[in-house]
Amino acid sequence: MGACRERLYNGVVKENPTFVLMLGMCPTLAVTSSAFNGFGMGMTTMVVLALSNLVISAVRGIIPDRVRIPAFIVIVASLVTIVQLLLQAYIPVLNDLLGIYIPLIVVNCIILGRAEAYASKNPPLPSMFDGVGMGLGFTLGLTLIGMFRELLGSGGIFGLQIIPERFHISIFVMAPGAFFVLAGLTAMLNRLKNRSNGGAGSGGQGTVCGHCGGCGNLLCSVSREEPDHLSGASDAGKGGSV
Amino acid sequence: MKELIMILISAALINNVVLSQFLGICPFLGVSRKIKTAASMGAAVIFVITISSFVTSIIYQLLLEPQGLSYLQTIVFILVIAALVQFVEMFLKKFSQGLYNALGVYLPLITTNCAVLGVALTNVQNGYGVLTSTFNGFATAVGFTIGIVLMAGIRERIEGNDIPKSFQGFPIVLVTAGLMAIAFIGFSGIQ
Repeated sequence: MGACRERLYNGVVKENPTFVLMLGMCPTLAVTSSAFNGFGMGMTTMVVLALSNLVISAVRGIIPDRVRIPAFIVIVASLVTIVQLLLQAYIPVLNDLLGIYIPLIVVNCIILGRAEAYASKNPPLPSMFDGVGMGLGFTLGLTLIGMFRELLGSGGIFGLQIIPERFHISIFVMAPGAFFVLAGLTAMLNRLKNRSNGGAGSGGQGTVCGHCGGCGNLLCSVSREEPDHLSGASDAGKGGSV
Repeated sequence: MKELIMILISAALINNVVLSQFLGICPFLGVSRKIKTAASMGAAVIFVITISSFVTSIIYQLLLEPQGLSYLQTIVFILVIAALVQFVEMFLKKFSQGLYNALGVYLPLITTNCAVLGVALTNVQNGYGVLTSTFNGFATAVGFTIGIVLMAGIRERIEGNDIPKSFQGFPIVLVTAGLMAIAFIGFSGIQ
């Protein structure tokens, strides 16, 4: 049981997917125009993540190593389809709000990243808790961003009106606001990190690369333009496609 | 013809795929350090999205919809895109060495680009035909290229600037993207 609790803590705090690993940036920016949207997206992703980790971990001995990534993609895509159909049937409000971003959970880096990094190497129960932990961390990040955007842009939190309409800064519920709020939150986190490093650390630098770590560092190797990494990246890509 | 021009303007500028729909953020932030790499990435994305829009649209129109299997679209599309990227890479390696040298490195990265799947799904959602889908894919990818090249240009300028320590790295890039998104909102006046 201790391992499971450790996994939860790891996902929410130590390796928070939004603020520490910087994974899954597309939904983080796209569906956080209100706290409820962010929360709904986070919970949907958590369900997919927990189930995909459970299934992948359960079949990890059967899948040959060479075709594991295509197999993972099929498993994740099937689960996403199931979740999407369930949402359409039982929570149509959420389905309409999130729209195209539900099927796009398939290409969310967090899911394949966790499958590759944890579920394919560990037994089912801790893997499922790893998924729940990561999903909770993701939900926390998205809800937080959504809360800031909703508060500044339409003056409420979870639909509860706090600030009168005259003071709304509507740019925050539009596309640019997503970038600004995430930038502000990351900068705040960097500042806290720098301070705890005695102000000497350069926590801010290099984080641009940190965010794609879960995708096998494919993007980083290109942006650095290192020939060794390039060949490695294309090999990884070959393994990754069908 | 008029409809196609409307799609071009709307997909490339007004509803820019990166700055207003947030698809393909990963390469947009990750591969935008230099104009040259950004432009190559953009070219590869144009290439792949145009082809994949064409293929996924044909599959949807001829196979999934008549058979009543449209709920399988996510699974089918992601597999088709992954296979297609692999095929395009092999094809270029064999028949067009020059193009392969220019784009080859970027092709495998595109499978992880959610813009490809996003465009395929948008085409279905909007009920576009095969020709319109292909054109919409092309226009969306042009929008991606415009975004990433502009971003790389700005980032080359930012590099030597005196940025507050907390904003160095990822945050300043996000602020830049936000300002670009504000500029792109201006295009919505075109309609």
